[in-house]
Amino acid sequence: MVVGLISLLLCQLVGELVVRTLDLTLPGPIVGMVLYFVVLQVRRPPTDSPLVRGAQGVLRHLPLLYVPAGVGVISYLGVLGAQALPIAAGLVLSWLAGLLVTAGGAVLVLRLTGQRSVLR
Amino acid sequence: MTFQLDAAWTWMVGSPLFGVTLTLVAYQLARLLWERTGRHALLNPVLLAIVLAGGTLLLLGVDYGTYMEGGQYIAFLLGPATVALALPLHLESRLVRRAALPVVVGIVAGCVTSIVVAFTVTEWLSGDSELALSMAPKSATTPVSIALAESLGGIASLTAVFTILAGILGAVAGPAVLSLFRVRDLRARGLAVGAASHGIGTSRALEESSVEGAFSGLAMGLNALATAIALPLLLLLLT
Repeated sequence: MVVGLISLLLCQLVGELVVRTLDLTLPGPIVGMVLYFVVLQVRRPPTDSPLVRGAQGVLRHLPLLYVPAGVGVISYLGVLGAQALPIAAGLVLSWLAGLLVTAGGAVLVLRLTGQRSVLR
Repeated sequence: MTFQLDAAWTWMVGSPLFGVTLTLVAYQLARLLWERTGRHALLNPVLLAIVLAGGTLLLLGVDYGTYMEGGQYIAFLLGPATVALALPLHLESRLVRRAALPVVVGIVAGCVTSIVVAFTVTEWLSGDSELALSMAPKSATTPVSIALAESLGGIASLTAVFTILAGILGAVAGPAVLSLFRVRDLRARGLAVGAASHGIGTSRALEESSVEGAFSGLAMGLNALATAIALPLLLLLLT
């Protein structure tokens, strides 16, 4: 577990240093994710190796980690109420449009390239 | 002996112990309720835990900054957890590689659509271009959406709130909406949830299936990149 956590933190650390050095508008953890992916692809660790178990551990309770940021909404209840209609409509419609166009675009090209569906 | 209730209370809410404990208890209660109701989508654990913890703070009159004395320790783990999303991607890497073109087309089309609709609808209904600018990057994961709002003239803290709400929307309704529109391919489903609802959507996608989780994590990363490139260009056309 400790080895797993170290590898995740090191990937994030290098990612954070890269985005700051190159002045990128990308989060350090996203660059760290790319690095960790490369490490996994090169090393091909077995599923019970510490390298993999650390990641499994933090992913198991991923929803928990978003709770503190989400609670921040309580500081903005006034603003959200005052502009409720434009905010609700803008948020829901663009979310729906983004969701469906992403799925539609991907499905279309999957079909055009003759790939079979991956179903449950 | 005298009771120092006020002093004890002030110490408690300002202590990291309070924020951490409240977050964990709210999350555990939310999960229990979710399990008891047969995993009902509307009782999504993230949404419920936020309502429980946020409601408790409002009831107790504790402000968000005080809560974050503890909350920050849990939020810190988001960094390594985001890195960890490479694991599902690695496990499904053959599937991902074969779907490279559909993934890129889906992400670019969805990203542009999401920004244009967010900006135009919000501006049209509010007449407030600052509010519309704060809405425009909300599909990208929080650090990116906040940075974009800051550099392009939106209100960063509002963008953070919109981003989280878009995430919750995806965790609660994403899979159901995709089923309603008969999107069955697991790759397309995961991709759409990750593109529209970043990490919070991805946490739900991982519960649906490993393929959806992998494509959702991938979509979150690619959409952050696409939004950072497309938003400044689209704003030239929209404003």
